[in-house]
Amino acid sequence: MSARGVILVITEQREGKLNRVSYETITAAQKIAAETGWSVEAVVMGAQVSVAAGEIAAKKLEKVYQIHSPALGQYTADGYIAALKPFLAEKLPSLVLFPHTYQVRDFAPKLALALDRPLISDAVSYKYESGKLLFTRQMFQGKFVADVSFSGEPPYFATVQAGSFRADQAENGPAPAPIETVHAIIENSSIRVKPHEMYKEAKQAVDLTQAEIIVSVGRGIKEQKNIEMAAKLAEALGGELAASRPICDAGWLPIERQIGSSGQTVSPKLYLALGISGAIQHLVGMKGSRSVIAVNKDPEAPIFDIADVAVVGNLLEIVPALIEEVKKAKAEA
Amino acid sequence: MKILVCIKQVPQKDAPLKLNESGSWIREDVSYEVNEPDAYALEEALRQKEKNGGEVVVVTAGPARAQQVLREALAKGADRAIHLEGDEFVRLDPASTAKAIAAAVKSENFDLIFTGLQSDDYGYAQTGVLLAEVLGWPHSTIILHIAKEGDGLKLKRELESGYFQDMEMPLPAVLTIQSGGNKLRYATLMGIKQAKNKPMTKLGWADVASAVGKNGLKIERLYIPVKQKRTETIDGPPAEVARKLVDKMRNEMRIL
Ligand SMILES: Cc1cc2nc3c(=O)[nH]c(=O)nc-3n(C[C@H](O)[C@H](O)[C@H](O)COP(=O)(O)OP(=O)(O)OC[C@H]3O[C@@H](n4cnc5c(N)ncnc54)[C@H](O)[C@@H]3O)c2cc1C
Repeated sequence: MSARGVILVITEQREGKLNRVSYETITAAQKIAAETGWSVEAVVMGAQVSVAAGEIAAKKLEKVYQIHSPALGQYTADGYIAALKPFLAEKLPSLVLFPHTYQVRDFAPKLALALDRPLISDAVSYKYESGKLLFTRQMFQGKFVADVSFSGEPPYFATVQAGSFRADQAENGPAPAPIETVHAIIENSSIRVKPHEMYKEAKQAVDLTQAEIIVSVGRGIKEQKNIEMAAKLAEALGGELAASRPICDAGWLPIERQIGSSGQTVSPKLYLALGISGAIQHLVGMKGSRSVIAVNKDPEAPIFDIADVAVVGNLLEIVPALIEEVKKAKAEA
Repeated sequence: MKILVCIKQVPQKDAPLKLNESGSWIREDVSYEVNEPDAYALEEALRQKEKNGGEVVVVTAGPARAQQVLREALAKGADRAIHLEGDEFVRLDPASTAKAIAAAVKSENFDLIFTGLQSDDYGYAQTGVLLAEVLGWPHSTIILHIAKEGDGLKLKRELESGYFQDMEMPLPAVLTIQSGGNKLRYATLMGIKQAKNKPMTKLGWADVASAVGKNGLKIERLYIPVKQKRTETIDGPPAEVARKLVDKMRNEMRIL
């Protein structure tokens, strides 16, 4: 196989709307292209994708492929792989880039191996060093990062973590990119799973997206009874209480107060993280906060990388003192 | 149902990690534990066995120290264990790990294979999905709930932003399991005792090497991430920290 100098971005759409991380992935591709001299093309796939294809064609791309089939109406790994495997085998791009979403996690590794190619998942940036493309990704829950290279010949596959590149930096083209329609031929019998409609469970009684101050607790709170302490701090500050996933999994707070990729995304004026390590799935839900104060006993905790104010210490001692101090300040005001 | 659960030993959550001298990997003299989502995968398998009968087999690919996670799984109720033992397994890429595991279990007829949805060390989130590709099986990821229905399964899958999806899936299949779907059990004293007599098969690198092939990914270097934000550190006794924080909230963040 001899690959063409093309970066192919496999975008993701739902009901005709592309998600934000698809645009971020376009930005990543455009930046890599500027260094490698490769060109960028994009794929939109589904049962009806002409609107989404038209939307993405405004970006600076050599070409947009709309791959469609009734069998792609609802996502299945089997359907997506059946559509993409022959397409990629024919196009032979140098690099195939995906947004690192739940859907992509579900099929991209299988697709890459079906073509006998390696996939670097969840990249946060890239490096192009003497003709070699490396992707940088987090390891050990964000405590370290690694530069990872591919061996063998392209096509190479990589997925890009949400928030690693900026969607608003995806360049527009001078004129809309040409759109080519590809009819995917997918046997119904090749789709082995039967997905049902997606649904939400939580009643969503609280809307944390409107909160100006959020006090968020993580596993460092240690015991259920300590939640009370955090609740008092939230009350003193006039803010809302939220949590990382393990706290909601344990049933210490309802799931509608969970912040992160499988919970809510918030951007308050102050996000006060108590005993939260700063796993990426949590950070994506609160990165947009105007100020972040983090309290953690581990000076190396990844949460400090995105905090404005870092307090290295025991939250069980600091929170009671803070409640008193906030009350005092409010009384004076 | 005959279920295989893939589990991995990873550094303990709170363990302070240090880079080795060449910056190629972490220093290995840390405490280890079972990868958290894998513990949930095992829990789900044990519950399936309690409901539907069958057998639960656990497998790990890792050095001698990794036997500990197999012992714990046996003590919790797994029936037997397979240890792909060797330092070679530590630095495999996910495709190679999947091929090694597939080679180790190819003569057995499992109905289901569970893995955790990703590991806390590499975090590739690929091995389970790739195992399905090597075996030619269907798969699904980030699974929270599994019910046997007729000849197949009804699954509850987690999606982003608080959404879920149910789906039907035939057997055999590979599922990657999300944390938090069940409450984890502890090993009982009785279980720990019984575990000593449960079978533990050992295979080495030589037993699977021909099926594995070359790594497609290479970690060129490992390092501490560069900070993206200017962070101000506040320390001192709690009362002083509290005063400084309130001062910031009032005068800089202007939220008090
Ligand atoms: C697909 C997927 C989706 C996910 N979705 C989400 C999501 O939506 N939201 C989410 O939060 N997570 C999510 N996760 C889980 C995520 O990866 C982390 O496991 C989780 O965020 C960790 O929560 P934590 O920081 O509370 O716990 P830990 O990582 O265990 O961190 C606890 C922290 O507390 C500190 N600590 C301990 N004691 C004290 C003390 N006395 N004082 C101060 N600090 C202390 C420790 O140093 C440590 O940093 C998801 C994972 C996956 C794979």
